[in-house]
Amino acid sequence: MNVHAVRAIYWFELSRWFRTLGQSLVTPVLTTSLYFIVFGAAIGGQMGKIDGVDYAAFIVPGLVMLAVLTETVSNASIGIYMPKWSGTIYELLSAPVSFAEVILGYVGAAATKSFLIAGVILLTARLFVSYDIAYPIAMIGILILITITFALVGFIIGLWASSWEQIGIAPSLILTPLTFLGGTFYAISMLPSFWQTVALFNPVVYLISAFRWSFFGIADVPVGVSLAATAGFMALCVAAIAYVFLTGYKIRA
Amino acid sequence: MNPIVSIRALTKTYASGLQALKPISLDIHRGEIFAMLGPNGAGKTTLIGIICGLVRASGGTVQVDGFDTIKDYRKTRSLIGLVPQELHTDTFEKVISTLRFSRGLFGLAPNDAHLDAVLKELSLFDKRNEQIKTLSGGMKRRVLIAKALSHEPRILFLDEPTAGVDVELRHDMWAMVRRLRDAGMTIFLTTHYIQEAEEMADRIGIMNKGELIMVEDKAVLMQKLGKKQVTLELAQSLSTIPASLDDLKLELSGGGHAVTYRYEAQSANGIAYLLRRFDEAGIAFTDLHTEQTSLEEIFVNLVRANP
Repeated sequence: MNVHAVRAIYWFELSRWFRTLGQSLVTPVLTTSLYFIVFGAAIGGQMGKIDGVDYAAFIVPGLVMLAVLTETVSNASIGIYMPKWSGTIYELLSAPVSFAEVILGYVGAAATKSFLIAGVILLTARLFVSYDIAYPIAMIGILILITITFALVGFIIGLWASSWEQIGIAPSLILTPLTFLGGTFYAISMLPSFWQTVALFNPVVYLISAFRWSFFGIADVPVGVSLAATAGFMALCVAAIAYVFLTGYKIRA
Repeated sequence: MNPIVSIRALTKTYASGLQALKPISLDIHRGEIFAMLGPNGAGKTTLIGIICGLVRASGGTVQVDGFDTIKDYRKTRSLIGLVPQELHTDTFEKVISTLRFSRGLFGLAPNDAHLDAVLKELSLFDKRNEQIKTLSGGMKRRVLIAKALSHEPRILFLDEPTAGVDVELRHDMWAMVRRLRDAGMTIFLTTHYIQEAEEMADRIGIMNKGELIMVEDKAVLMQKLGKKQVTLELAQSLSTIPASLDDLKLELSGGGHAVTYRYEAQSANGIAYLLRRFDEAGIAFTDLHTEQTSLEEIFVNLVRANP
């Protein structure tokens, strides 16, 4: 294991992020605040409780997910697309590193950033609505699992993309719909039964469900099923990345 | 001593069908400066790419210090420093941070003393805290060299190191490469500039259209393929070459005031022979000067002969 390489990639990526810390944090915080003002305060006041939880509090885990997923994918995809685009990837390809080490470095850094963003958003949410976290340790564990999984998704998009447009499109075209339809603003049980079945094919449903469970002890899908689905999705991502590195697809002629 | 790089029957055909390397075998000796010459598209960069891990070979093997570049890639890659042809840099980073990154990436513990020494060697020490985007092209090139040296490689690959570099900087670069070689490093460079190979290399390879046409010690190459010519300034002009000297294939020039004689560098029929023949023919001359073909002419002739 080339520990120095993992550390080098990890810190290089984090320092890139810290350099633009302001804009890295302002966007998710501002967006989330807007959601709280509109859906929490303005509309939420008119809504009843969902599963015994105030609507404004009910959407907190979903909104954290919305920001975390978008930011994670965007960060991780830029992290690996940047060297591809600038050409500096030559160094990564000629270095004595395995694909596992490259993933650890890049994905670890992207997941760390998202974890920090999630913390900032939770603090921001506290300004608008009071909520409790029923299982804080489980919440942190689930958050880590989710940030790693979606950092892997972002990494794959970054490897696949051949233009900045594609990097920009992925979060808005794929993630935002999946997150909105994944139960950010409602419980899956509120959907007609046909759409409930359809929703089970959306991986984000499992993430939000598990995450919400850690806050309120309620879930759309049993927590065990959620964790298993997330872990399966994560394994799929690792396999895809391994394929890319072992075959050289799009990065090694 | 076993070679530091040993290439056997290496081939590469790109997905597009382009055959970039026909089977190539080559040994690079420890501590030498090897210059690979060739026109654009000869396959030089592909060859370096395969050795360093950027390109996957279609066939054949490469060993670095006795280790296979695929099976033992960690071992071989940590021995190699690569300076690419294009100026690929992290424009927003500081010079020193990219060096630290490179050193870590190649598996070495942080050592700022070594990085400082490298920066001083390349006259970049003053710029270590500058963002790379503020540097000139020549400095960026040196940053790339510094990154390659940051992890203490045993062999340095320089792909067209002086392309687009002004004359003064080019001479600085040559001097630096010689110092590295004197410190025990093996250098493999590709170049368009024949003068560069002639100036620096211990051995020269010539590639064209994916083939390695020739590998030779520079001195041997110059001697083997070099042609010499001697021009005699005549005391009295000649209208034609006397029949007795026909076998020398002389060329009359300067309105009959000069004759030029061409001979192989290794030939026994050199200057002494020519002068003896002139003496026998009773032709007096006032001056003589000799010229040797440059590597450039050798190169052009070779590439032309292997279309």
